[in-house]
Amino acid sequence: MTYILKPQLHHPKLPTNGLGYTRRDYEGSVSTLCAGCGHDSISAAIIQACFELELPPHRVAKLSGIGCSSKTPDYFLGNSHGFNTVHGRMPSVLTGANLANRELIYLGVSGDGDSASIGLGQFAHAIRRGVNMLYIVENNGVYGLTKGQFSATSDKGSKSKRGVVNHDAGIDMVSLALQMGATFVARSFSGDKAQLVPLIKAGLAHKGAAFIDCISPCVQFNNHPGSTKSFDYVREHNEAVNRLDVITPRDPIHVDYKPGETVRVQQHDGSILSLHKLAELYNPNNRAQALGYLQARQARGQIVTGLLFVDPDAGDLHDSVGTVDTPLNQLGEAELVPGQAALAAINASLR
Amino acid sequence: MPQPVKSGAAPRVNDFVVKFANVNGSGSASANGLFARSILRMGVPVAARNIFPSNIQGLPTWYEVRITEAGHLGRRGGVDLMVAMNPQTWDRDLAEIESNGFLFYDSTRPIPPSRFRDDIAVIGVPLTAMCNEAYELPRERQLFKNIIYVGALAGLLGMDVSAIEALLAEDFAGRDKLIRANVEALHMGLDHVKQNLAPLPLQVRQADAVGDRIYVEGNQAAALGAVYGGATVCAWYPITPSTSLAEAFTAYCQDLRVDPDTGKARYAIIQGEDEIASIGMVVGAGWNGCRAFTATSGPGVSLMTEFIGLSYFAEIPAVIFDVQRGGPSTGMPTRTQQADLLAAAYASHGDTKHPLLLPADPGECFEMGALAFDLADRLQTTVFVMLDLDIGMNEWLTKPFAWDDSRKLDRGKVMTAEELEAGADFGRYKEVDGDGIPFRTYPGTHPTKGGYFTRGTSRNPYARYSEEGAVYVDNMQRLLRKFETAKTLVPAPVLKPAKGKTKDGVIYFGSTSVAMDEALEILEAQGRRLDALRVRGFPFAHAVDEFIASHDRLFVVEQNRDGQLRTLLMTEIGVDPSKLVPVLHYDGTPITARFIAGEIGQLLSLGQIEAAE
Repeated sequence: MTYILKPQLHHPKLPTNGLGYTRRDYEGSVSTLCAGCGHDSISAAIIQACFELELPPHRVAKLSGIGCSSKTPDYFLGNSHGFNTVHGRMPSVLTGANLANRELIYLGVSGDGDSASIGLGQFAHAIRRGVNMLYIVENNGVYGLTKGQFSATSDKGSKSKRGVVNHDAGIDMVSLALQMGATFVARSFSGDKAQLVPLIKAGLAHKGAAFIDCISPCVQFNNHPGSTKSFDYVREHNEAVNRLDVITPRDPIHVDYKPGETVRVQQHDGSILSLHKLAELYNPNNRAQALGYLQARQARGQIVTGLLFVDPDAGDLHDSVGTVDTPLNQLGEAELVPGQAALAAINASLR
Repeated sequence: MPQPVKSGAAPRVNDFVVKFANVNGSGSASANGLFARSILRMGVPVAARNIFPSNIQGLPTWYEVRITEAGHLGRRGGVDLMVAMNPQTWDRDLAEIESNGFLFYDSTRPIPPSRFRDDIAVIGVPLTAMCNEAYELPRERQLFKNIIYVGALAGLLGMDVSAIEALLAEDFAGRDKLIRANVEALHMGLDHVKQNLAPLPLQVRQADAVGDRIYVEGNQAAALGAVYGGATVCAWYPITPSTSLAEAFTAYCQDLRVDPDTGKARYAIIQGEDEIASIGMVVGAGWNGCRAFTATSGPGVSLMTEFIGLSYFAEIPAVIFDVQRGGPSTGMPTRTQQADLLAAAYASHGDTKHPLLLPADPGECFEMGALAFDLADRLQTTVFVMLDLDIGMNEWLTKPFAWDDSRKLDRGKVMTAEELEAGADFGRYKEVDGDGIPFRTYPGTHPTKGGYFTRGTSRNPYARYSEEGAVYVDNMQRLLRKFETAKTLVPAPVLKPAKGKTKDGVIYFGSTSVAMDEALEILEAQGRRLDALRVRGFPFAHAVDEFIASHDRLFVVEQNRDGQLRTLLMTEIGVDPSKLVPVLHYDGTPITARFIAGEIGQLLSLGQIEAAE
């Protein structure tokens, strides 16, 4: 495999965002995943979300573990620093990176093998610490790179391409994230860009641990009848609870044409989430109800998508630790090294 | 038959070993520490070693105090006065006493004569009876018993009681009632001795041999070193014997690293869910331009090895304090060893090797604790500071901490936004200066330049994806050049030449050093000359090669079974194995001067016999 540079020829009339960047400025190198892979649609959604949010591309740090999904950060935000870490351990690396510089935007990209199997512990602990990040699991229920083994999110009773039936209970990442205290929890589908792009925008703007479980069918190993993560299965069983718009503070005018059918939630950074409710009685501010709703729908074989829970006033790990506002990686000798005078006092106390 | 102490013998002054045998959880540790510190206050150096079990309550624990005006800070071996407070270990404790030595015991209940030795003198004090008479509460009886025996020992050894009282006043400052109660107990023991017993021929006399030295644990010193080294992120998982390092870092940061205006922290300390997450956070913070570390022990290093390999190949600074202990799981976690050397030096998969710093005392734990962060940033890799339980968890007399206020943190080769803007050619893994060290950028530096995608292997000098064999080999060769550079950056070995010319030498490192210093004196007195080299860093500086080349036979003294330093010398320098004679001590207790002198003396004699034959 070789590295494929994308041609840098820009169409002179490519539209720019408020920062003067074109969509191209948010792209990365050419994907080497299978044609039609759901993961590439998610990369495209990330590119669009960052373009629309007008994020300076280099202020995003993108981290991943190992797997098909974890290769994707190479395929978007080519000017950002990226880190392909080790299998299942992206959450801890992202946590450390976040501690070092609180001013960057952290995007963790992982897969179901990476986050639900080998990395389940790190996933849970990063979420419960409230690391300020958007954590996306590109969930295809299968190990693609090693050619088709079940992952821990494969549903009980689902069939592999070779016809093997999975007898283990599947892990529902969304329920887990809710239980671990994530302050923004959503599920979407790689084939539903209209739903996914606003969710990514909202997740990136959210302060605290934001999680999106994005079902992303594997065209090679998990898109056959008997799979519960195939395009057809997800389309047939999708139960969207809401549609989301994100209005950043830079867009002061928002006309909502359907009063009574929307919920507006202001996030910590000033952005406003405008939720178009599809399902009756769904309230995205109630963690307990979200869990109950998920389970009730799951029992009916439905995959609930949309913004399931958000705490707009959430804090993050830096709030808990009480770190200074200046990023820790910008502190110098004056702030860090107490000097000989302090040592003299310490020496005196040790005699 | 128990023998009474004979009077009239010339006393041994300021040179003997007292060992306390206690039951852990009985509150003896603070009383024993008080005993040692009050001798220090009398200007007499002490070397104290805590030998404790890995449980909370009920198992035997020992505390050995060597009183040594001559300043021998290692263990000597043998015990002159045993304070036998644990019936469970009575027989083995008695067996350890030197011939003509002394036994101090609680004589409340009669002990059959057969349980004593004929060649030692005994001092019985009815401690339990005294406590039962003086105190109502069981806990008070237990705790004050310890202070009563300290008072009795002070009387027997001629110690300065005002030094003990002063320490009690400092330790319990503001709690006058507690001070009074402790002083009373102290005098209860002291008065009993004065009224009933003669002083022992082991005496502590005021001296001036401590100087400006401080008395501190290596873990605490290393933690302070991390503060001075500019560490801002600490991610760790509790494991004996390294836990107190992270806790000391926390305490020092709370004192020294709080923004005075906002009260906010200039540090972040995270207790990870395990060692893997801890090192992951360290690697993430290092990648993003922070100085970060974890503190752990051998089992933790095992868990961290995948990340250590990533740090090596992706060239990310990280610092690991490995406070070494005995083997895996339960068993020897509270015993000392130098048995992680190989595991640390070659940790991880693929071709990896890592710099190690080898402090010999808390003073060096501080210095190397700070230096490690400069080296990690300079070399963009994981740097280990290899403590062990002996240095880490025992208080040692050591030179005072010192810091040059003009010293700058060496952040290594970091390309700035200005340099990128000015058109500098940035290749994350590109050789630039011939030292094997590339430039890096911190994430978020520049809108369009200097960004790169970090991977383990599989990339070219510009960090672009590549699986070309030649590109991989080229990179691995550069990493070797970087390791060569490391040889010039790790602390140089310390040479201690013999008093005359010799073709024999010893090589050693870390906590072995204090016992080695004394062993060399013993051997010298026997007419056995050895040049000594204390190794302080890995990869080995060229001075190590030269030392080995200029000697015919080298004893490699270390505290593990397999001769791990010896293996490193053979592997990295290519020394003929027959030239390196292993001298190994690995029962979990700190090595003694007698052991080293005995082993080397025997091997030298054997060599002479062989040569004569």
